[in-house]
Amino acid sequence: MESQLPAEFIVNVDHERCRRCKRCMINCSFGAIEFKDKVAPNHRLCIACHRCATFCPESAITITENPLDYKYGYNWTPEIRKNILKQAESGGIILTGMGNPKPYPIYWDHMLIDACQVTNPSIDPLREPMELRTYLGAKPECLKFDGDSACLETEIAPQVKLDIPVVFAAMSYGAISLNAHKALAMAAKRMGTLMNTGEGGLHEDIASYASNIIVQVASGRFGVTSKYLNNSALVEIKIGQGAKPGIGGHLPGEKVGEDISKTRMIPVGTDALSPAPHHDIYSIEDLSQLIYAIKETTDYKKPVSVKIAAVHNVAAIASGIVRAGADIVMIDGFRGGTGAAPMVIRDHVGIPIELALAAVDERLRQEGIRNRASILVGGSIRQSADVVKAIALGADACVIGTASLIAMGCRVCQKCYTGNCAWGIATQKPELVRRLNPDIAADRLCNLLTAWGHEIQEVLGSLGINAIESLRGSRERLRGVGLPQETLDILGIKHAGIGQ
Amino acid sequence: MRIDAKGMHYRPLNKIIRDAIAAGEKEFELDNVGGQRYIGGGLNDSVKITINGTPGNDLGAFMNGPKIIINANAQDGIANTMNAGEIIVHGNVGDIIGYGMRGGKLYIKGDAGYRVGIHMKEYKKQVPVIIAGGTAGDFFGEYMAGGIMILLGMNGKSPLVGDYVGTGMHGGVMYIRGKVDPYHIGKEVNCLELNEEDVKLIGSYLKEYCEHFGFDLNEVMSGKFTKLVPLSHRPYGNLYVY
Amino acid sequence: MKCDGIPSGCAISGMMSEEGRRIDGRVIIKSIACMHDRSNGLGGGFAAYGIYPERKDQYAFHMMYDSMEAKEVTEEFFKDVFNVDVDEPIPTYRENGVSNPPILWRYFLEVPENKLELISERDYVMKTVMKINSEVEGAFVASSGKNMGAFKGVGYPEDIGKFYRLEDYSAYIWTAHGRFPTNTPGWWGGAHPFTLLDWSVVHNGEISSYGINKRYLEMFGYKLELRTDTEVIAYLFDLLVRRHKLPVDKAILALACPFWKDIDRMEPEQKKIATAMRQIYGSTLLNGPFSIILGHSRGMIGLNDRIKLRPMTAARKDDMLYMASEESAIREIAPDLDEVWSPRAGTAVIGTLKAEVE
Repeated sequence: MESQLPAEFIVNVDHERCRRCKRCMINCSFGAIEFKDKVAPNHRLCIACHRCATFCPESAITITENPLDYKYGYNWTPEIRKNILKQAESGGIILTGMGNPKPYPIYWDHMLIDACQVTNPSIDPLREPMELRTYLGAKPECLKFDGDSACLETEIAPQVKLDIPVVFAAMSYGAISLNAHKALAMAAKRMGTLMNTGEGGLHEDIASYASNIIVQVASGRFGVTSKYLNNSALVEIKIGQGAKPGIGGHLPGEKVGEDISKTRMIPVGTDALSPAPHHDIYSIEDLSQLIYAIKETTDYKKPVSVKIAAVHNVAAIASGIVRAGADIVMIDGFRGGTGAAPMVIRDHVGIPIELALAAVDERLRQEGIRNRASILVGGSIRQSADVVKAIALGADACVIGTASLIAMGCRVCQKCYTGNCAWGIATQKPELVRRLNPDIAADRLCNLLTAWGHEIQEVLGSLGINAIESLRGSRERLRGVGLPQETLDILGIKHAGIGQ
Repeated sequence: MRIDAKGMHYRPLNKIIRDAIAAGEKEFELDNVGGQRYIGGGLNDSVKITINGTPGNDLGAFMNGPKIIINANAQDGIANTMNAGEIIVHGNVGDIIGYGMRGGKLYIKGDAGYRVGIHMKEYKKQVPVIIAGGTAGDFFGEYMAGGIMILLGMNGKSPLVGDYVGTGMHGGVMYIRGKVDPYHIGKEVNCLELNEEDVKLIGSYLKEYCEHFGFDLNEVMSGKFTKLVPLSHRPYGNLYVY
Repeated sequence: MKCDGIPSGCAISGMMSEEGRRIDGRVIIKSIACMHDRSNGLGGGFAAYGIYPERKDQYAFHMMYDSMEAKEVTEEFFKDVFNVDVDEPIPTYRENGVSNPPILWRYFLEVPENKLELISERDYVMKTVMKINSEVEGAFVASSGKNMGAFKGVGYPEDIGKFYRLEDYSAYIWTAHGRFPTNTPGWWGGAHPFTLLDWSVVHNGEISSYGINKRYLEMFGYKLELRTDTEVIAYLFDLLVRRHKLPVDKAILALACPFWKDIDRMEPEQKKIATAMRQIYGSTLLNGPFSIILGHSRGMIGLNDRIKLRPMTAARKDDMLYMASEESAIREIAPDLDEVWSPRAGTAVIGTLKAEVE
């Protein structure tokens, strides 16, 4: 069937400025640029990854949306029409990548942060200590000391130290390239934080970074062995993710080459299917069983995290997870990214992380169990201000996926599932993977966290506090703007203009 | 002029002093001082004030010329933004002394508290000086932009100086008589040995200082001093991106 | 009676005889009056320990009522939950500078045995205090300890001291506070000290970690109704020392724990303890500038924040321990001192009643 879909983007080349160096053609991994006596774009194949424009020495390329106007119709958006055409031509589920792009409200942008004046001094982070150190893990309700108060009697469950309350999100080797994984591991070690293997297992080249790695146990159990579990800082059971709550994952067989086969411990060329649920977890007590199976296998030396998507009943689910023995709960909001997901799920399922976090933190406090697990949140943490707001709402630390990819060069073109990523990130093709230099990418990630760390310290200083634990859960330092009362109640914050 | 300050609020006390100065009085002795603030504050004249008892906060604030002698411990905020003059304390002082000091001398026999000499500055010939004979607390010389600070540790108490010494320093010089753990020194600071010029410089101030308090100048100068100077006048150039 | 968050300023003073000698209230009034300019007349108060020796086993509730109705409701409630031995007005003396006092009444109470099957006596009293403060409109518990009391209101502290006739009371611990709030409420309940059972706190500064300190305490049943940050300090001590049974020095460590960079350099056992305190009790860390004087029946504790943003001077003479925001406030009542010093940031000054004292 011939496609009726017009080109989504137009590649505009200024032929006068063009040097005919052919760099654009060499760089494009989607076949959208050819050269016939001059640069000849094939607009229908352009997906706006900007690779050509970035490398053009004359800045002679601009990428614009194909300006095909329809007669104005608010309801039948161009995108909806295109999707119908695609489905009429294929009969298939529309696949996409990265996070929900739809204009749902962004609650981070409706919260403002307090500052100290007159009655309380702000603090100078450049000259006075401003502590971001965070420990993840289950904490006892109180401590016991011996009679002389000299020795601590309470045994504390294992804690993982973060020098900055920002952790790299789970992205599997398979979804992203090995070079990307290496960059994340190196940056995590250098910055005193963690990266997450995702569900694709742990490649031997980064096994030495164990103390900065979260190993994930997902429904497909790829690469999961006792050695894998112990080669880590902590173990995460992935129940769901924000981008695709409730469904599993699929890495097509043609992407399972030698290396992936080895890391995931499946034969070359087979599909890597992650089932929707863990088939040994059909109820909360099963989760508890799996958590303790992992604890036994790791001799109780590693905290166990459970990652869930933010859905309607997330507070009750989180409470159950904590009571099931998890040391950490990781909540992924509906804007979380993915390498591949059906568009219908990515764009329409799940709830915002701001509301989920507020609900979970409050619920755990009401039940008196907030100390039993640390809360990690992700699903579109875009900037340091979002981190500050998340911690004020109650998070122990934030998880960044999309932001780390963008730091490495990702342009969020949403075509990860094609495996043609021109930036060498979401691909396994060697000629493309080579484009991502792990050392440089690691530097970029470290720069990002360093910059955010300084920014968070600046905000803490203006809040008049010098330790992150004095911000954590202190909703009093946030005010809402332009939010209805019910939303303010869910977030547990007051509207701007109201004093203490 | 002798004034019994017992039970007197600072307002009438300071007014009496100001009025007397306007009428030509040059010397004052205040007895039974107990917590009155701002004594000597804002005065421009070369008068002498002797204080018996513990004065209140902000003694000599914005002062521009007088000489004040205190025969007891003093409190916080002394020499706040002082421009010129002398303050001599036969005892200890509190916190935040010499904040923004631009000139003059502050000589303390005993210990100083926290945040001594924050953002001291000098301009051309005006160079402020603070000398403390004992110990000092955290943030000694924070944000220093000019002037001279000397810490002697004569009473043997420990620790000699607190944490974050010279944090944010971008001008001026400090001389500390005794060992300072590098761990406690701000990252903007460089530690050096003294040269001949340094010895001459501190020698001249310390001679005067020792005379006030009866210390032995030779004993003081025989101690091992460390000189602290800023690494740069622009310590935060690389922190921002535009 | 409720009003918006009032930051805590500005003058504190405390004195204690470690041998338990009783001293009348004129001395402490003199000390706090010396720091008159740190306040603005919108609040003053005192805590006194050892003032009701004939009734030392009864809970002495000092109550403030906005209206007769609030008093009646509370007294009905008291009849249900306590044995009320004595109730009487708190003696006062009309004084210029002290206007519009609420109804001030005190009660000497005992807890009936049969109420204590499932709960300890002190938890029972604590819950009652929380209930009255949060549920009885117009009634407020100023103090609820044994053989101690809080005397506070709107006015300069020296005027409040005279208003309550503190010269008629003899105590072995006195603490005092003068306020400089930045709003203009006339609320007697908002003055310091804040108390719970026999804990009392006077506080100079503002707690920037209030939001999380409050939410943490709420998890354990404390109700913070007074919207003044000082409240959290009294409740935190009650939680950590009385309920969690932490030794006092560890409770202080929770509230003013050192920086990580200093913890990392400690000896292994100390480092383990300090790290554990911050990991588990991070929500109790008091951030922001503060000097506090905490009183309890066996002693007095003075403490500054970790970077000493508020002043505090301590001194000793014979069996007396003094602490105040300014040295002159101590010299005013004790011109000759054996020892005078400035406590270091985050390091407590602790006065304890000698063991043999009742």
